[in-house]
Amino acid sequence: MGADDDARLRLVRGFSMNVPHNRALGMKVVDMQPREAVFELPYDEKLVGNPDTGVIHGGAITALLDGASGASVFAALTDFVPIATLDLRIDYLRPAEAGKSVIAKATCYKVTKNVAFTRAVAYHDDPDDPIAHSVGTFMLSTKVGNLRS
Amino acid sequence: MTLVERLTAAKAAGNYQDLFDAIPYAKLLGLSAQLQGTELVTTMTFSPDLIGNPALPALHGGTLGALLESAAIFELLWRAETIVLPKTITITIDYLKSAAAVDTHARGLITRQGRRVSNVRVEAWQGDRSTPVASAHAIFMVMRG
Repeated sequence: MGADDDARLRLVRGFSMNVPHNRALGMKVVDMQPREAVFELPYDEKLVGNPDTGVIHGGAITALLDGASGASVFAALTDFVPIATLDLRIDYLRPAEAGKSVIAKATCYKVTKNVAFTRAVAYHDDPDDPIAHSVGTFMLSTKVGNLRS
Repeated sequence: MTLVERLTAAKAAGNYQDLFDAIPYAKLLGLSAQLQGTELVTTMTFSPDLIGNPALPALHGGTLGALLESAAIFELLWRAETIVLPKTITITIDYLKSAAAVDTHARGLITRQGRRVSNVRVEAWQGDRSTPVASAHAIFMVMRG
């Protein structure tokens, strides 16, 4: 990984940490590599979706996977261009456990002229024992002010 | 009260606010629900914490996903005869246009209600309902236990 890569990945990390909703949920950037982003969502009572069990809401995992997937696209591009999520599919494989951080590891596995493709897993300790799996597509170089149209 | 007891009470009273107040994440998103005629409309009240892109500004995709998933679950709970907490098996979200920094509404439509599994389509809109900002289809496990 060269110096340019380092600077770019630092930029992506800083950008992700400045997203207001990422901050509101308490999301952290754990690692950035070319084409890969690892985010952590520490357990917090404000994220709970079922007060009987203390398990966090699926929506919080959606936000985590969306954030990590978008960051993996930025980490895969040589230029910092605006992107917009086209779609995101999330499969819930098993319930999250109360009291534990959720980690999302996202990979941007293909970039074409206009579209980037991502896959991601959310897990507690072991990426091979995932809570959720997602695939996403992102439009590249969307004009600022015209995202997601 | 357990969540199912709260749900039962909310449904009987036609008032979901106590239920939302009991779910921390629904509170964080600013969710509320109103019956509009025969439709159950879920609203996510804007707050700066929902922003994903401060430059535009635009809502975070995750907040729209959470709103769509919640609206689908409320539709299932509202229509179902017996209350079982639906478990999301899979959800696919299409982001259709940039969501502005204003209130967002969503409504689910059950496309199939099975014994074990239900399919729901959901749309989210802001000012103009005919141009949704996001849509989703989701599949839920609706068995007891």
